[in-house]
Amino acid sequence: MKRRDFFKSAAIVGLASVFKTNALGSVVSGNHVAVHSEPDLVAVMGGEPGVMLTRALKELGGIGHFVKKGQKVVIKPNIGWDRKPELAANTNPELVGTLVKLCKSAGASEVIVFDNTCHDWKKSYTNSGIEKAVIAAGGKMVPANDESYFREVELPRGVNLKKAKIHHALLECDVWFNMPILKHHGGAKNSISMKNLMGIVWDRGFFHSHDLHQSIADIATFHKSPALNIVDAYRIMKSNGPQGKSEADVVMLKSLIVSHDFVAADTAAMKLFSQVQPTDMKDVRYIALAEKNHVGTQQLEKLNVKRIKL
Amino acid sequence: MKSLKKVRLVLAILFFLPILLFFIDFTGKLPLFLHNLVSIQLIPALLSLNVVVVILLVILSLLFGRIYCSTICPLGVFQDIASWKSRLFRKKSKKYRFEYSKPNNIIRYSILAITIIVFIFGSSFLILLLDPYSIFGRTISQLIRPLFIWGNNGLTGILSKMGNYSLYQVEQVSFVPVAFSISVFFFVLVAVMSWFWGRLYCNTICPVGTVLGFISKISIFHISIKDSDCTSCGLCEKHCKSKCIDSDAKKVDDSRCVSCYNCISTCKKGAITYRSRYKYKKDRPVLNVVDNGRRTFLLASGAALSTVAFANTKKLIGNNESMLSRKPIMPPGASNFEHFNRHCTGCQLCVTKCPMQVLKPAALQYGISGITQPHLIFSTHVFCTYDCNICTSVCPTSALRKLPIEEKKRTQIGVAKFRKNKCVVFTDEKDCGACSEHCPTQAVHMIPYKDGLTIPEVTENICIGCGACESICPARPYQAIYVEGNTNQILAKKPSEAKKFNKKIDDFGF
Repeated sequence: MKRRDFFKSAAIVGLASVFKTNALGSVVSGNHVAVHSEPDLVAVMGGEPGVMLTRALKELGGIGHFVKKGQKVVIKPNIGWDRKPELAANTNPELVGTLVKLCKSAGASEVIVFDNTCHDWKKSYTNSGIEKAVIAAGGKMVPANDESYFREVELPRGVNLKKAKIHHALLECDVWFNMPILKHHGGAKNSISMKNLMGIVWDRGFFHSHDLHQSIADIATFHKSPALNIVDAYRIMKSNGPQGKSEADVVMLKSLIVSHDFVAADTAAMKLFSQVQPTDMKDVRYIALAEKNHVGTQQLEKLNVKRIKL
Repeated sequence: MKSLKKVRLVLAILFFLPILLFFIDFTGKLPLFLHNLVSIQLIPALLSLNVVVVILLVILSLLFGRIYCSTICPLGVFQDIASWKSRLFRKKSKKYRFEYSKPNNIIRYSILAITIIVFIFGSSFLILLLDPYSIFGRTISQLIRPLFIWGNNGLTGILSKMGNYSLYQVEQVSFVPVAFSISVFFFVLVAVMSWFWGRLYCNTICPVGTVLGFISKISIFHISIKDSDCTSCGLCEKHCKSKCIDSDAKKVDDSRCVSCYNCISTCKKGAITYRSRYKYKKDRPVLNVVDNGRRTFLLASGAALSTVAFANTKKLIGNNESMLSRKPIMPPGASNFEHFNRHCTGCQLCVTKCPMQVLKPAALQYGISGITQPHLIFSTHVFCTYDCNICTSVCPTSALRKLPIEEKKRTQIGVAKFRKNKCVVFTDEKDCGACSEHCPTQAVHMIPYKDGLTIPEVTENICIGCGACESICPARPYQAIYVEGNTNQILAKKPSEAKKFNKKIDDFGF
């Protein structure tokens, strides 16, 4: 049976890489054909970051479903700010560390973590606690502080953003995970999985000067989409985002949302967020714009959603 | 006795190398306490009124002569290295080529006097130009350090292609032609002078050397030649980089001797000793030398005074205000412009230590007397880090007062000014908010504009002028939000905290 399972998942992964996971996801959900039993979106609540991640991955077929032996893996958390984990400005370090460990255990030859930070990158890497967690788990922190690390990529499906310089580690890897934290955001209204993509790009200024929302929706069309978007909602930042001023901006939700679908992940995260800070989904324009760009769906009811409370 | 030179060498290396590396270090890996080595430099200690250090240095010089110039002063050691290296390019017979020369008293006393007078009249410009430590700092940070960064970046490029990320790209401190030319000028001057004439710079131009020369005239220990043992072979004179040994007259000019002890090591007869001036005074025939030094000094000061009196002092000091277009932004801890301008010697230590590299040497933004003094220039991703007070911790001259981190976070170095007509929310009617996103105090925050759009607003009394907003504003070349520097740094109000959310959420909401 095990071998059969393996072939099955290998075939799916193979298919996915031919078509694109997102596209496959919407095909699957659109036609209501159960090609595979794994859910499109898993939400977990009530555990520690590492526990929730392990559980969510179990629902999705385990880490081996996504990472094969000898593969190069990239994880892109939010490490944008020189802030300690308690301030919820960066992705939870334990969550990142756990994923590195899981990838390693699945036989990844290398697990690389980076972010094009807003604050001093060394201080952000260190004070976020992510550097320590990644190295302890056997991963590698890579700098993204210089244009020379980035290579230009075409985005034919983009509306405003037609090309972007993307970190070469991400271009060269076999599989990658997008690992944002759920936050309020002064400019984009909210920062979740698509907003997190601004950290794989060199020139963020272009986004701000060419309709931020459209540019965010455009970068989500990047052909090499992440295997999963893992939205950290263990602690969320409800106000004064994206850096936050103090712990008063932070709310403990002990939650995690995982999906291959950018739009679905962000939609679900917004619904979770709105319970704390009511937000009009229409104001987070990039979510609808991304749906228009065919990178996912806002209609959670049409997806196979798995909710787990620990 | 012969081991004295070795002791001097070891001490010189122990002071020189850490200071050199501290300036070159572009990774921030070296511990910050190394700045203590530059805080004991004479001019910084004087400017910061560090009485303990000044007294210790005076006592040191009273005891041993100008040992300061041979060990503690990095520019002195640098000259010794240049002079030593120059030997490799000389014929064997000319390797030790010095010969006694008369002191250039008029020049050295005039320079000292003018420097002091100009300082008293309110400008530190000459101190900034002539302080040997600051000349060294500028030389290393502007001429040598960039080479190391280039090397690092080249190597990083190669390594990262091979998947090795142990090194990383480092940005160069931007090139400021005016500041750079000053550094080059003094570097060439000092290097050429030491290459050909040993310590001529220290004994002619350097005001610190001149001051310590006065003290070492009466120092307890000094170099003296034992008449009975000396054969006037001239070996010591040839080795004396200060050119202060007259082997025919068997005399040493103490005011120019930098206590390097080369003569002691080189004398084959053991006729040169380092001993107390006072103990042996009675044995020696009193040399009937008229001390011209004092007379020349008075003459020179008189001349200098009248020059200054005739010259328009205001021009010399520099009317700084008129030269400013947009007000420059001083580093945190500068307090006010007068204090900062008077105390900063432009040594570049803060510039090299600034992890964001937002500090740059000024050209004429502060006026003539502020050339090379640091100011903040914001560019994409480059602004003053909220949680950082490194510049205030390393400043040796007290131009920047050390600020505890909590005070730094509230020190207003400037104020953000918003010009709506340049903002993309106004021009393109699209969301942006990059400025507010980067604002650590939320002095810049978004308020409703129209159709669900939000536009920035600045609460000036909690703005600290860190420039994060200016650095990230996408409106180019003229940002819609920019920082106007404060001439008086004040304490901004503490930003208010958000309302805490205390309800428990146990539903996904979808």
